[in-house]
Amino acid sequence: MAVLAVIFIVTGVFFFTTATIGLLRFPDFYTRMHAAGKGDTLGAFLTLAGLALYNLHHGFSFDAILISIKILLIALFIFIVNPTATHAITKAALNCDVKPWEKKETSK
Amino acid sequence: MIRDFEGVIIKTVCRAVTPFIQLYGLYVIAHGHYSPGGGFQGGCILAASLILMALAYDIKEVKKQLSEKLNTIFCSLGVIIYAGIGLLCLILGANYLDYGILYKILPVDAAHARSLGILGVEIGVGFTVMAVMISIFLNIASGGQHEEGEER
Repeated sequence: MAVLAVIFIVTGVFFFTTATIGLLRFPDFYTRMHAAGKGDTLGAFLTLAGLALYNLHHGFSFDAILISIKILLIALFIFIVNPTATHAITKAALNCDVKPWEKKETSK
Repeated sequence: MIRDFEGVIIKTVCRAVTPFIQLYGLYVIAHGHYSPGGGFQGGCILAASLILMALAYDIKEVKKQLSEKLNTIFCSLGVIIYAGIGLLCLILGANYLDYGILYKILPVDAAHARSLGILGVEIGVGFTVMAVMISIFLNIASGGQHEEGEER
């Protein structure tokens, strides 16, 4: 159980890291929102699932199962709301005429 | 205020998520006296659910669900609950908000009376914070006019 939890958490932290690198390195607003929305959602889900598993590694008492269910509810909430928030911010930017990045001619 | 970013995805998700946010607000209020949380935080979460509706739809939609009259009643009801519990302790012969004395009128001992008194005060604080937060948001967002959105 603990090994599985560690695998989940390490994978989640990997997705968080890629999302942060994308947020810093991508050229314009839309690609940055793309990286933050997708990477953070999956990273948060995997990390919280790993925590819910780790919480159960002392045994399946009623309190531990209740806490794990609450953690999974937080994960479900993030899984629904985070893409919607990303969609709302991106749509607002599109309505405010933020220009998408285009590849420039480097040399003639 | 920019009103162009409404969409079917945002409206549907906000409408589906709002009752769960309100349930979580009640959870935070009810567990406030022995775990993190309390009246102020729970009231803020309850207000945030309705502010979310105001952002995703418009102000008329919120006023349809919680009229200004009801909002004002909630606002003063919370203060009355808070001050009423405090004055009840004063009348029963203890200090203001000294909940332990409430065992004289409740069928429990002094420690449980203290816990229930704190819960009552938290509920009062939650009511007032929710009403005032919504009132502040609606007045600032519409310049005090409350005329955003089409008539329903």
